[in-house]
Amino acid sequence: MDEREQILWTALEEVKDPEIPTVSVVEMGIIESVLIDGPRASVTMIPTFSGCPALHVIRDDIAEAVRGAGFEAEVIVSRKAWSTDRLSESAREKMRAIGLASARPHGGNVEWEMLAPVPCPYCGSENTAVENSFGPTLCRAIMYCNGCRQSFEKFKPL
Amino acid sequence: MTDQQTTALSTMLLCLADDEYIIGHRMSEWTGQGPIIEEDIAFSSMAQDELGHALGFYTLLHELGADDPDTLVFTRDASAYRNSIFTEQPRGDYAWSMMRQFLYDGAETERLGALATSAFEPLRDLAVRMLQEERYHWMHNATFVRRLALGTEESRLRMQSALTEAFPFALGLFEPYDGEELLVAAGIAPAEDHLRRRWLDRMCPLLEEYGLKVPAHRDGDNWRVDAAPVLGGRQGRHTEHLLGILDAMHVLRSADPDAVNW
Repeated sequence: MDEREQILWTALEEVKDPEIPTVSVVEMGIIESVLIDGPRASVTMIPTFSGCPALHVIRDDIAEAVRGAGFEAEVIVSRKAWSTDRLSESAREKMRAIGLASARPHGGNVEWEMLAPVPCPYCGSENTAVENSFGPTLCRAIMYCNGCRQSFEKFKPL
Repeated sequence: MTDQQTTALSTMLLCLADDEYIIGHRMSEWTGQGPIIEEDIAFSSMAQDELGHALGFYTLLHELGADDPDTLVFTRDASAYRNSIFTEQPRGDYAWSMMRQFLYDGAETERLGALATSAFEPLRDLAVRMLQEERYHWMHNATFVRRLALGTEESRLRMQSALTEAFPFALGLFEPYDGEELLVAAGIAPAEDHLRRRWLDRMCPLLEEYGLKVPAHRDGDNWRVDAAPVLGGRQGRHTEHLLGILDAMHVLRSADPDAVNW
């Protein structure tokens, strides 16, 4: 990776997911690829859920960060499917720290992971259950921990 | 792609996008009014998914030469909409909305499954992405339809009445559109008749398992439908219910055409 590309990735790491403000779009696996061509940098992003209302904000934030790093910006929104397997380990840890359990890597076997009990982000118990597949945002389900008797959220496996 | 194929594909995309947009609007009418808070959230989330899918189809349509998504949604008259009449019907009671969503998402899952092998790559990518999200709809809908159909006498009666009424409308999701045969021949889209058969094979046995009477009967390997399909939407013929939705959607745009920077 040359110096300019390094500068670009560093700038992208400053762009956060508006719904999970401690996690960057790079850690979320939203950035598919970057291409530098002279003064211009083209960034391809893969949105998480199709109906995510933060999509436009993220796209504009990426463009602004690319310009801030000294490039002419182009942001391409891919139609390819995003997957929770694209989440980095640091993203999973930061989510846990704010009480949001993340889907575990499933390698495509998503049906199992949809219903599997995930460890409670507060007490670590695996005695948890899905309360509702739908939650406060499109990407989250509501879970309940029978160990510490409180509800928590889970990033839905895709 | 030939010009005729592009025209046919644009027609099909408009049908699918309008279906998603209009049913998404209807589902959003449960926001703040669900029978329990979990269902309020579920319907609001599924509505948001369907609007996201509509945007995906409208965007692809735009890339094929049509107007941009906002213009398509906010400036067309009812006769230019290609959604099935099923999707524009009022939300009814919760049983009706739940049954409609079950029948609709069943059809959407079959359709996206077929489009996931389309010869047209952008459509294939969209279908694979949307199918992932539909898994959650299917799990939710099947759970609730089953629970209500096998629940109390009142819930069973309401689900049965919803099914009997909704079924002929749902068949309108498979109404042929102009140019369909060109897309089928090119491997771009499945035949509507094929989808309808797959849908009947998926839905009818399940509904019977839930103890409901389906307006169809088995005939050898096939299901024969005992109800006349409600058609017209794919040709731009709609009920008065679409006008109500469009009035509500267009009111702000008519009052202030520049009110897009929210």
